[in-house]
Amino acid sequence: MTMSDFPPGLVLIIGAFLLPIIGQRLRPMLTLGLPLLTLYLVWSLPNGTFSTLSLLDYNLAFIQSDSISRLFATVFSIMTFGGSLFALKQKRVLELVSVFVYAGSAIGVVFAGDLISLFIFWEIMAVASTVVVLSAGGKRSYQISMRYFFVHVFGGTLLLIGILSHIVETGSTAFTAMEPNTFGTIFILMGFLINAAAPPLSAWLSDAYPEASFSGAVFLSAFTTKAAVYVLLRGFPGTEVLIFIGVFMIFYGIIYALLENDMRRILAYSIVNQVGFMVTGVGIGTEMALNGVAAHAFTHIIYKGLLLMSAGSVLYMTGRRKCTDLGGLFQSMPLTAFCSIIGALSISSFPLTSGFISKSMISQAAADESLTFVWFMLMAASAGVFLHAGIKFPWFVFFQKDSGLRPSDPPWSMRLAMILFASICIGLGIWPEYLYAMLPYEVTYVPYTVTHVVQMLQLLLFSGFAFFIMLPLMKRTLTITLDFDWTYRRFFRLVLRRLFATIWKIDGMIRRSFLAKLDSGLNYLAQRHEGPSSLLSRDHPAGSMVLWVAVLLAIYLLISFLR
Amino acid sequence: MNEQEKHWLVREKTIRLLWRGGIAMLFLLVMADFFIHAHPYFQIDGTFGFFSWFALVTCISMVLFAKALGLLLKRKDTYYDNE
Repeated sequence: MTMSDFPPGLVLIIGAFLLPIIGQRLRPMLTLGLPLLTLYLVWSLPNGTFSTLSLLDYNLAFIQSDSISRLFATVFSIMTFGGSLFALKQKRVLELVSVFVYAGSAIGVVFAGDLISLFIFWEIMAVASTVVVLSAGGKRSYQISMRYFFVHVFGGTLLLIGILSHIVETGSTAFTAMEPNTFGTIFILMGFLINAAAPPLSAWLSDAYPEASFSGAVFLSAFTTKAAVYVLLRGFPGTEVLIFIGVFMIFYGIIYALLENDMRRILAYSIVNQVGFMVTGVGIGTEMALNGVAAHAFTHIIYKGLLLMSAGSVLYMTGRRKCTDLGGLFQSMPLTAFCSIIGALSISSFPLTSGFISKSMISQAAADESLTFVWFMLMAASAGVFLHAGIKFPWFVFFQKDSGLRPSDPPWSMRLAMILFASICIGLGIWPEYLYAMLPYEVTYVPYTVTHVVQMLQLLLFSGFAFFIMLPLMKRTLTITLDFDWTYRRFFRLVLRRLFATIWKIDGMIRRSFLAKLDSGLNYLAQRHEGPSSLLSRDHPAGSMVLWVAVLLAIYLLISFLR
Repeated sequence: MNEQEKHWLVREKTIRLLWRGGIAMLFLLVMADFFIHAHPYFQIDGTFGFFSWFALVTCISMVLFAKALGLLLKRKDTYYDNE
């Protein structure tokens, strides 16, 4: 193994464990330098398969490099760099260590050339992200991280069952495009979908991410779901069922975000919404759609990171996270508000932002394939994104009413990270050709036509108009909305508690009646044989015992003669 | 707080101006449909002002649907606190 085919993800994983050892003053050099080194390694990898290892009868390929894996690894590295810059004020080393292992394993997943090494990095990712949630500290984070972990262990188990059966069925460990038509591939798909926050187990995302620290949530938003999009893109392109799953996720995200009061939970639901667009694109499966998915994953990671940075800045400066407590912050946090608006416009795919040049490709693919229902759904959803994330998030955090809070903009490192990501959002929106050049297939799509720009502006601005005329209906309340996690946090618990209560009750009844029977039986015997000469109190004279011994010995003698 | 002490962006006058400007912009955008060549994929999306009313209608329905679902599924945010 030379430096040029060293698995780039390992740089971050190995580097993570150096972070606690070196001092506080040198640590920023590592947290900023390692992602850049990773980026360099990603780009110096030629296409092909490297770093192979023979394990038992199987060949493991830790690096299978092509345009798709390079694109995802690039954005993962940029995210790690920007996130680390944002997290310079994060004092908990445990969080930084777990974040680096997490990012490194996500890059490991996108370079994995076979199902076994994919699974190894997949599981490291699950453990490391759990520690990111856990490292926020306190009993609450512990409980949440355990719920998060159980869902991912469950998903990992499905994936493992799938991979093992697939290997048995086909005799090959290669990770190539599959169709979910065998036992193994169906389980692999289910394992992938759990990490993509697909229904029914989608609540793990909105449950866990908003509970991470101000910086932890920024990293969490990027890796798990997008690594899942990557494996779906490579493993199951054109799988029709993904269209329906994706459309469901899109609207689930919008509706729940509309009802939400916690600013970071709004953004968490909007991750599910955005991943829904990508899952739909994978389901459509044409070259245009897959290009759109890859491009959208790239732009999404940047603008969602930016949005969570702005939310993290508000949390860091005010310690508050509920829309009911916030409002009017634009006056004292102008830069944060500005960057948040850039992120919000990008997620809504406003012209001249990154979302415009990526999401349009997915809806274009639906139109090209004459998928009428899907196209109308995607258009409605594009309007809905502006509604729930594009306006709702900045409006309730930075404008709305005057909460009286006057926090200043966050420290310079956090500001710098936001400026960097906001610039990428705008830059990609103006010069899409740099992103298009990285896509897996040749791009013939032209995003900026007068017609398309006017139509998108109509769609978005009328959605904004709808927001403001419906504002009285959107008044924030101190509420949460029950989600699927209710089943395992409340329903199962209730059912189990009732079940065991009934079991203990029946068990008690059986024991009691048995004891009562035993008691009365003994009483009966005692009463029946009362008195000095009765059966239970009779004495056995020694003479009769000697007699019986003699009888036994005689029988013994007789038997020995007979033999 | 009187009007002059407020940030200029949240003064009554500015807000009124923003509403007027916004509505004028919406109007102009719909009018722009006269000048562009729509190339519809499903017929209806080529009709006049389609993207405007479609966005308005779907957004209002989504808010109302969310509201209705909220009646069913909303709980106080202390609901899970006794875990």
